[in-house]
Amino acid sequence: MNSFAEFLAMGGYGFYVWTAYGISFVVLLLNVLIPMIQKKQFLRELALKQKRAKK
Amino acid sequence: MSIIPAFIVRFYHKTASPPYFYSLSNKLTPWLSAIFLVLLGYGLYAGLYLAPTDYQQGDSYRIIYIHVPAAWMSLFIYVVMAVAGAISLIWRMKIADVVLISSAPIGASFTFIALVTGSLWGKPMWGTWWVWDARLTSELILLFLYLGVISLYGAIEDRRTASKAVAILALVGVVNIPIIHYSVQWWNTLHQGPTVTKMDKPSIHMDMLIPLLVMAAAFKFYYAIAMLQVAKVEILIREQNTQWVKKLLEKK
Repeated sequence: MNSFAEFLAMGGYGFYVWTAYGISFVVLLLNVLIPMIQKKQFLRELALKQKRAKK
Repeated sequence: MSIIPAFIVRFYHKTASPPYFYSLSNKLTPWLSAIFLVLLGYGLYAGLYLAPTDYQQGDSYRIIYIHVPAAWMSLFIYVVMAVAGAISLIWRMKIADVVLISSAPIGASFTFIALVTGSLWGKPMWGTWWVWDARLTSELILLFLYLGVISLYGAIEDRRTASKAVAILALVGVVNIPIIHYSVQWWNTLHQGPTVTKMDKPSIHMDMLIPLLVMAAAFKFYYAIAMLQVAKVEILIREQNTQWVKKLLEKK
């Protein structure tokens, strides 16, 4: 492989190769991000509930 | 007198306790992530750049470096779920329930990735996005099994009943796993036969095989990381009324 453009072209299969890698990347990223956000939200909710219960 | 050494029993009870599992996940995550990123970095570099171009398929074959590891993971995670289901049904271990249900979305994702990347590979090589051959169809059924586990769990209010139901579903569905694995041998499929897991000698060049194995290892670590993140949420929801969760909140 000589140039970066050639690397991106993937011998003419660039669309298929990069779409495959792109979709996989997004799906795998979401799998980690979603539970992290859920955890934060749930802990916040729980903290609020606890505060209210103390009052 | 027990046959099992005391330290194993202690380890079992310790790991099986939700607060211990929760803090263990927190401690393990950065280490697992570091190993995952190193493996992923090398796997992608070797797979996309170092590995030679295939003489028949050109560069399109590079999809293999996510397609095959993702397909392996789709089978592996389902087996983990079935084993967790068996442990949960036999010993009523709480953490086994958590591992089972937390694995489902990740297994479904890997199955989805295997199907989509296969489709993107099939189009330029076979001339079609999809064909109803045994390998593709059985993998699609696996996706439905995962989605079935997720929706069944969501449909039953009581967590105990829900855990039991998904454990049974996971165990029943495991018959599909050997069907997927052997589908390319039992039926005449458009999907190619095994190239890596052949017992005598894999019919793939070393320079192409190594990145594949590195990516497979990376995906295993990824599974552990993602599963632990989902498990933490699941544990918090289940244990929200316990003392240790209340203490956790006070610390924040």
